[in-house]
Amino acid sequence: MIEQVADPMPQAGIAKVVLELDVNNHPGVMSHICNLFARRAFNVEGILCMPVSDGKRSRIWLLVFEDHRLEQMIRQLEKLEDVLNVRRHGAEHEVFERLEGFFH
Amino acid sequence: MMQLNGAQLMVRLLERQGVRTIAGIPGGAILPFYDALSGSDTIRHVLARHEQGAGFMAQGMARVSGVPQVCIASSGPGATNLVTAIADACLDSIPMVVITGQVPQAMIGTDAFQEVDIYGITVPITKHNFLVRSAQELLEVVPDAFRIAMSGRPGPVLIDVPKDVQNQLITIDEGELPAPAVADPAPQLDMAALEAAAHMINAAEQPVLYLGGGVVASGAAPLAVQLAEQAGLPTTMTLMGLGAMPIDHPLSIGMLGMHGARYTNFVLEESDLLIVVGARFDDRAIGRATQFCPNAKIVHIDIDASELHKIKSAHVALHANVKCALEALLPRVQAKPRERWLAQVESLRSRFPMQFPGQDDPRSHYGLIHAVASALDDEAIVATDVGQHQMWVAQAYPFRRPRQWLTSGGLGTMGFGLPTAIGAALAEPDRTVVCFTGDGSFKMNIQELATLAEEGLNVKIVLMNNNALGLVYQQQTLFYGKRLFASRYRTEPDFVKIAEGFGVPAVDLDKAEDPRAALAEALHAPGPCLIHATIDREQFVYPMVPPGAANTEMIGG
Repeated sequence: MIEQVADPMPQAGIAKVVLELDVNNHPGVMSHICNLFARRAFNVEGILCMPVSDGKRSRIWLLVFEDHRLEQMIRQLEKLEDVLNVRRHGAEHEVFERLEGFFH
Repeated sequence: MMQLNGAQLMVRLLERQGVRTIAGIPGGAILPFYDALSGSDTIRHVLARHEQGAGFMAQGMARVSGVPQVCIASSGPGATNLVTAIADACLDSIPMVVITGQVPQAMIGTDAFQEVDIYGITVPITKHNFLVRSAQELLEVVPDAFRIAMSGRPGPVLIDVPKDVQNQLITIDEGELPAPAVADPAPQLDMAALEAAAHMINAAEQPVLYLGGGVVASGAAPLAVQLAEQAGLPTTMTLMGLGAMPIDHPLSIGMLGMHGARYTNFVLEESDLLIVVGARFDDRAIGRATQFCPNAKIVHIDIDASELHKIKSAHVALHANVKCALEALLPRVQAKPRERWLAQVESLRSRFPMQFPGQDDPRSHYGLIHAVASALDDEAIVATDVGQHQMWVAQAYPFRRPRQWLTSGGLGTMGFGLPTAIGAALAEPDRTVVCFTGDGSFKMNIQELATLAEEGLNVKIVLMNNNALGLVYQQQTLFYGKRLFASRYRTEPDFVKIAEGFGVPAVDLDKAEDPRAALAEALHAPGPCLIHATIDREQFVYPMVPPGAANTEMIGG
């Protein structure tokens, strides 16, 4: 009703960040994670997900731009019941680089 | 060994969890569960008239008890009708377990009759949700849902159960049934941060204690009052925190924010340290974030780590159960009278007090609230709907205990009041429950009058009728050049007849010669009652912080 007035958001940075998530492996986990980013209009540049060990867990790799909201995003991810832990890597992480061949 | 179907297993697990009342509405996809529920000796089912009503009844029970409560609906429209009540519970951190029926697994994804992806729909409005794939899974999912709902920051959890899972047979040993869920342990206290917080409180000249709904949720209100008294801290409460400290306690400076008293917002402006406990710096509480308490350092204590540094960066952030944190903080905080600062607070209070024009006239809005409060004691529970009446009650009702006050804070849901009041009365049948409502809000879940009549609960609805969407009318008047549009109703229902039509007795204060006496009589008669009172549409909620302004730029009041 009354417009919510917030101060303008700083522009997203250009540095990339790679997030590594250990998660439970069942249908719906991906939607919980993607929803967190989507509803905050936070674009995910790259996603990679594969099961690990006995298939009860998965590892998800996310490629995102550095942004002042990133710390908040990580805290939100850590709150998800199916997210077991979150690790943050710099852009030098090679997981997405090694996939480049499939996209060019 | 015993053989059960999934539905019977769910009922067993709910019974073992201690669930005694469930609100809901049956339908095709949840009928196996209802069949099983009919065989329960311990669980009472309350039949709502709209699923949203069932959702808010569960909320009402949870808000007064602090324990997760259950609502239930069928698939499709039954499930989508619950969405608003779930979102409301999520924003106000209310523990709730929502059970929905789903079409059989083989039909999921086929656009079957009454199929909707309620799992997908509720991802952003639940703490967690489940789509159960076998009866066996229920053994983990049901206790997990309760554990999640009550652990850490409480919230709603949804369990979507396909009809074939409800019908699936499972053979188990009594001893294989899981133990009832308990809450996860509180996070380890960061003692270094705690020492730093105590040091900042001891060093502060002009500190303010800022209490939110988390203080109520964690049962920490007495500790918060003790901290305030020990350290001489003027104490403000958010909308959700009202009742944490009695409003007439000498250290209480009332509710802050958009409709807080002028002096409250001025005291905050002058503070050099904010001790924020179980609160999240909501925009209605703090106004423009960058201009809120510009001179204050911040100690922020919250059970939800993602609330720390979210809106305001804290100088000391403590991820902790509020009760544990306050227990550990108390022995580290010096006893201080802070006479100079409290004198300054008193000076601001006397120069810019909260004003209640018409307080002695029971036909005015403040006077009506005052008359209701005068006729009741602190044992009564007060629920509201959303709008002008809600803000007036927040400003004027003398809340003196936690869980006395039930209101839709974060989502601001019109239609919240009546079913929530019913839920409160189901949980605490010996108390009087007053539901303040407006004519706009009341019409949004008015069908629950039927449930109220059927259950015969001690709920008194005080309808403040200005035949308008009052807060919209107020804002169009103040901020949209008096271009009044879609905020006044062109016809006016006869609410007294409507209540009586549902079987709820009604009193019209407009026609009473002595409205104060008629009100007291209605409030003290056992059972439900609608108390109708016309109020003046030109009365607005003041003071008010205009859109985008700092909290110190209030108008009116």
